[in-house]
Amino acid sequence: MIATYDPITALLGGALIGLAATMLLLFNGRVAGVAGIMDGAIAAPGPERDWRTAFLVGLIFAPVIFAFFGGTLPKPVLPPLPEVVIAGLLVGVGTTLGNGCTSGHGVCGLARLSPRSFAAVGTFVAAAVATVFLVRHAGG
Amino acid sequence: MKKVMSAGIAGLLFGLGLTLSGMLDPARVLGFLDLAGGAWDPTLVFVLAGAVGMSAIGYGLVTKRSGPVYGERFDLPATREIDARLIGGAAMFGVGWGLVGYCPGPAIASIGFAGTSAAIFCLAMVGGMLIHRLLPGRIQTSAQ
Repeated sequence: MIATYDPITALLGGALIGLAATMLLLFNGRVAGVAGIMDGAIAAPGPERDWRTAFLVGLIFAPVIFAFFGGTLPKPVLPPLPEVVIAGLLVGVGTTLGNGCTSGHGVCGLARLSPRSFAAVGTFVAAAVATVFLVRHAGG
Repeated sequence: MKKVMSAGIAGLLFGLGLTLSGMLDPARVLGFLDLAGGAWDPTLVFVLAGAVGMSAIGYGLVTKRSGPVYGERFDLPATREIDARLIGGAAMFGVGWGLVGYCPGPAIASIGFAGTSAAIFCLAMVGGMLIHRLLPGRIQTSAQ
């Protein structure tokens, strides 16, 4: 079903994410946490909203440009809509309540050796692993 | 304007990294989270290692400066305390992540190509962020 992935490509792709995070700190002085950037893009005042919106627009255009130059994108199959909505709500509330997501805590926070981020990453990975186990292997 | 340009380019690079690393496929993320499935997918570990490694080096170099290129100072989270909000929020996020295989970055990056369900996930996520703003006793901090 899923092609085995090349670990070198995964590492390089990851390094590109790290480069983007470094760039955002160097030029804008900001942490590249996508949940926080999204949250701020909704609610922050004018000038604080603009750079966040630009980051999100870049994020949305990247795969489209990749496909334009002949790259292959995945065709994700998601669960039924009620489940998608519940999951989206949980991700939205959870990342704002916990001050970060996979990028904010997982990439930037771990890179800064933040104890909060280590605690958050341990918690959300454990919760996600438990959820997948319940859904796939416990008849859920 | 310069701040907007640099943030846009950073977003583009970030999205390209997610695309190349295979993280736009929720099936691959769920393959990592499914420890009992017999076909564990380690891709996410390599992506995270590359991203954290590069960020650690980059942050180390950048924070030697007195401030960012466009702006006065670095705006880095200063909170140190591990509290119930942090753990509770992270647990909620983890359940949502495990249900669909989308975290905020890949979900938003999928808006332009992955169809209606991905867009609905993003709308629900924004809805969740707005709900959080209505919660009582909300501390005035935003997510990292």
